[in-house]
Amino acid sequence: MSDEQERGSAAGAVASQWAELDPAGRPRDERPPEHGRGGAPGAHDETAGAGGDLRTHFDVLFEQETGEGDQELGPLAETDAVELLIERGAVLRVPEDRALDPTLDPELDASSFGEGETMIINLGPQHPSTHGVLRVMLELEGETVLRSKPVIGYLHTGMEKTAEELTYVQGATNVTRMDYLSPLNNEICWCLAVEKLLDVEMPPRATWIRMLMSELNRISSHVMWAATNGMDLASTTMMIFGFREREMVLSFFEKTTGLRMNHNYVRPGGVAADLPDGWEDDVSVIVETIATRLDEYDELLTGQPIFRERTEGVGVIGPELALAMSATGPILRAAGVAWDLRRAMPYLAYDEVDFDVIVGTVGDTFDRYAVRLNEIRESIRIVRQILEKMPSGDYRVQDKKITPPPRARIDESMEALIHHFKLYTRGFEPPVGEIYSAIESPRGELGCYLVSDGSNKPYRMHWRGPSFVNLQSVPALLHGSLLADTVAILSSVDPVLGEVDR
Amino acid sequence: MTDVRDGVPDAPATGGAPEGSLVAELAALDGVPVAYFRGDEVLFPARERYLAAAVALKGAGFAMCSDLCAVDYLAHMDRPLPDGVAAERFEVVVNLLSLERRRRVRLRVQVPEDDASVPTLFRCYPGSENMEREAFDLFGICFTDHPDLTRILMPQDWEGHPLRKDYGTGRVPVQFKDAPGPR
Repeated sequence: MSDEQERGSAAGAVASQWAELDPAGRPRDERPPEHGRGGAPGAHDETAGAGGDLRTHFDVLFEQETGEGDQELGPLAETDAVELLIERGAVLRVPEDRALDPTLDPELDASSFGEGETMIINLGPQHPSTHGVLRVMLELEGETVLRSKPVIGYLHTGMEKTAEELTYVQGATNVTRMDYLSPLNNEICWCLAVEKLLDVEMPPRATWIRMLMSELNRISSHVMWAATNGMDLASTTMMIFGFREREMVLSFFEKTTGLRMNHNYVRPGGVAADLPDGWEDDVSVIVETIATRLDEYDELLTGQPIFRERTEGVGVIGPELALAMSATGPILRAAGVAWDLRRAMPYLAYDEVDFDVIVGTVGDTFDRYAVRLNEIRESIRIVRQILEKMPSGDYRVQDKKITPPPRARIDESMEALIHHFKLYTRGFEPPVGEIYSAIESPRGELGCYLVSDGSNKPYRMHWRGPSFVNLQSVPALLHGSLLADTVAILSSVDPVLGEVDR
Repeated sequence: MTDVRDGVPDAPATGGAPEGSLVAELAALDGVPVAYFRGDEVLFPARERYLAAAVALKGAGFAMCSDLCAVDYLAHMDRPLPDGVAAERFEVVVNLLSLERRRRVRLRVQVPEDDASVPTLFRCYPGSENMEREAFDLFGICFTDHPDLTRILMPQDWEGHPLRKDYGTGRVPVQFKDAPGPR
């Protein structure tokens, strides 16, 4: 007997037991306990027949296994007015001068929302268009989305807690796994935070190598986004194109760092190794190829009537709402706010390269597509300048307390051996203090808040993941859209669930 | 190196308000202790003045609440704080961002252990909603008047707040839903 048959007959047996107990309607205390107000109450239909009992059993089982109670989208009647505002994405209706007044706005009455037949459905967590394990609960009236709520946490592994158990040297291996589509940006954010805490200055070559890797990673991340976005909008050609281009960048990463993802290449004090011989040729081939391929994308999608119809005017968010929701990155820029940390608060050497901040005008899904596509072009522009200006010199700071000695020195110098051993067993101890440092990742402001108590491990590490924060805008984007557009809108937010749940 | 020193003067870790500081500029922040570390400007409003300080800063152009998190200082109670700030176990740390001034400011609010609650920023910064839920989930700090204060990363029926320093880790090797023993 196969596994499936076994399961099926076992479930049937349980269902028939229940049918024997009380076919008309079980008393409440004999039912499996429900927690919270999870799921739709209508699912436990008391008058359901024998076939209905089987379904009810699965419903109850499902709730026990995956129900998240209050975290879910509740029935309309049980939702209070302010929560309704969030779920309908209308938080700006709360006037600012009332911000200090905790009493609810009298005009916000739950009974004024939503009339007629509505249905709450789940999108995800196992759905190809949710880019991971994002679960969005949607309340639909016909095909129109009235309310929505992202339910997250399925990938939560406590990486902030883990960071408290790792030394500052080991920390980069932890953070690189969060946003797995731009691991090098995570590492750069971590290292800039640690270096700000240590107050050390990087040699120019280390800074420029980091900038090169950051921009190449931005290209690969955006190209990957274009691929999955194309897939969500049923353009499988785009899917293949995007992965093809990403592969070129990842091959270069593999050549330089040894790995395609989760590199641990950028480390506190510089980078792990210098760029490989002939890197200029590799990088120029990558950027020149991708530059021409971007024109193919334009041909394939930008001017394509079906693509435009599915994206234009869909999921619109204005600048005020985007700012209020703390949205950053392409979402904010597509709404028309020219805010890019590379330009506004330059880190690394972004003040020495020439590039444009791409902004949209409408703030719809098409604008977010256009912003990302043109950001690839700007990244290519930056990479070309890096190719010209890359300085020579050390690729890591020559401070033996922060970076290891060269491998050859370990064989001939006792001191080098001690430094090497101390660095990899105990690490270094930054001064007591707390700092916040942020960079512009492909998804928005990527921040790291570090608290040091003077020991070799961070006392507290908090990761400001742009995907996590941007997800708050989803109810605003989805409100009033069609169910079919939900996939396009979710895709345009570009959440990476590894970073959302951490 | 990251440099966010735009207009923020270097000053000793404790003391009054130097020129160009937000405390000197905004009446609502009058008397709020301030500290500088590595170019970051950090304000320490009392819990009663926290909301008023945030509203005043929003009025002064700090349009975005870019980050909000909590810290449990149980094992680090002797941390350096400016004069006039009594160390408590928890801190709520808010990073505000002004797009016009290209400047950040950080608020650190002391939250006592026996009454771990602070007012929510939701009504002036709706974008703090998820971050406050996260701080509630992982630290058990209540944000009063928050519209939807439920767990966000941990399961609904989880017991305890995992990022607290006294939260026992590693007692149950693999934590399935029906795992035996205490969590």
